[in-house]
Amino acid sequence: MTKSAALFAALILPAAVCLAETPAGELPVDPYEISNDNAGADPLEGTALFEAFNGEAGISRVVDDMVDRNLADPRIKDIFAASDLARLRRTLKEQFCFILNGPCDYTGMDMKSSHADQGITNREFNALVENLQLAMNAEGVPFRAQNKLLAKLAPMQRDVVTR
Amino acid sequence: MSSRFLAAAATCTFAVAPVSAAQGLAAEPGGKLLLTRGISSLEGAGGGALTPWALITGNETDRGIGASGHYSYVTLEDFDIESLGGAVGFYDRFEVSYSRMTFDTREAGDALGLGEGFEFAQDIWGAKLRLAGDAVYGQDTWMPQVAVGAQFKRSKRDGLVQALGADQHEGVDVYASATKLFLAESLLANATLRYTKAHQTGLLGFGEEASVQPEVSLGYMLSRRLIVGGEYRFKPDELAFATEDNFFDVFGAYAVNSNLTLTAGYADLGSVALFDKQRGLYLSAQIGF
Repeated sequence: MTKSAALFAALILPAAVCLAETPAGELPVDPYEISNDNAGADPLEGTALFEAFNGEAGISRVVDDMVDRNLADPRIKDIFAASDLARLRRTLKEQFCFILNGPCDYTGMDMKSSHADQGITNREFNALVENLQLAMNAEGVPFRAQNKLLAKLAPMQRDVVTR
Repeated sequence: MSSRFLAAAATCTFAVAPVSAAQGLAAEPGGKLLLTRGISSLEGAGGGALTPWALITGNETDRGIGASGHYSYVTLEDFDIESLGGAVGFYDRFEVSYSRMTFDTREAGDALGLGEGFEFAQDIWGAKLRLAGDAVYGQDTWMPQVAVGAQFKRSKRDGLVQALGADQHEGVDVYASATKLFLAESLLANATLRYTKAHQTGLLGFGEEASVQPEVSLGYMLSRRLIVGGEYRFKPDELAFATEDNFFDVFGAYAVNSNLTLTAGYADLGSVALFDKQRGLYLSAQIGF
């Protein structure tokens, strides 16, 4: 009895540490090593692209618009409905900001771990790409600048698409 | 007892497989990004206007079956060329195509002693297999999408094309294509090597000597719906009675939606059947599913 209690404490303690760090409005996640390497791409060079996306505010609007479009998209809404949207929006903004060489660090999980159980197909991956393109259009991001970001995101297909 | 069980299990597997494939089809209509099925070449393969690309036609991804159909029309100084065909893409991996390509001699037919409006036509059956790479997702590598294909062509003018100097009225072109989207630069590039004996793509039959001919395409994306570009296709010049030139075009392809792509361009086919400077408007409509 005491042995299992000790085991229980050993298991719950790291989770409690993690719980304490969970931002308001988000659900706790299992602990993982936080690193910009998890973003899945090296940042672009220079400041032109960060500016083309209208900085952090623009990136924030693009991500929110894309997530809203995904939630309204019959092809992929079920995938997003099941996720922690507050955490998703925050980590996506960090990821895009980091890749666009903005003043951000990525604190989310790596692409393989974060999509491992979602059973995403190429069709669903492409649906998200389309919604991201529409969101970038809505933000007025020039097409050439859009493609610089998409070129960084495209190889993530190998980790994101699992069936 | 156990072998009977295995046999039953095997039968069950075979019975179930087509059902799940059909469910996959129903569950996954389309899925490719705009323009990434290519347009339809005059010879029917998914590609550019004049040359096949390594992209597989149809809107399907690796979990579905897609299709396309096209009508293309080139009006030259003295001739018209038409192409009508369809193609099926399987799992973004394998493509089969059929195209009827027609060469209308208009008034020039009279001068050639064939009669006004005399038509040369050929049936073209094609197959293309994607071997490696991904033109769209592989943005962190130089590896292009690579495919090999074959086009079996049969002239509808058996006898006449031989009288004009061809050795055969039918033949097979074999090709390898490499296609790469340089997304960060908004560029699409393709290179194809074709092993062929065809005179004027096969419209005027096939010779004895095969040669390897390069074909290149370059496109620049202006939006997710619009790409402009050009193509250059080297051709053999083995026909005794008339000089044969290389093909060249510039084009703009516009994806109206995921099911319709309209292409307009300018094609320069050079000297064709004794008539020089065959240039003119190229128009094509392609539907895709």
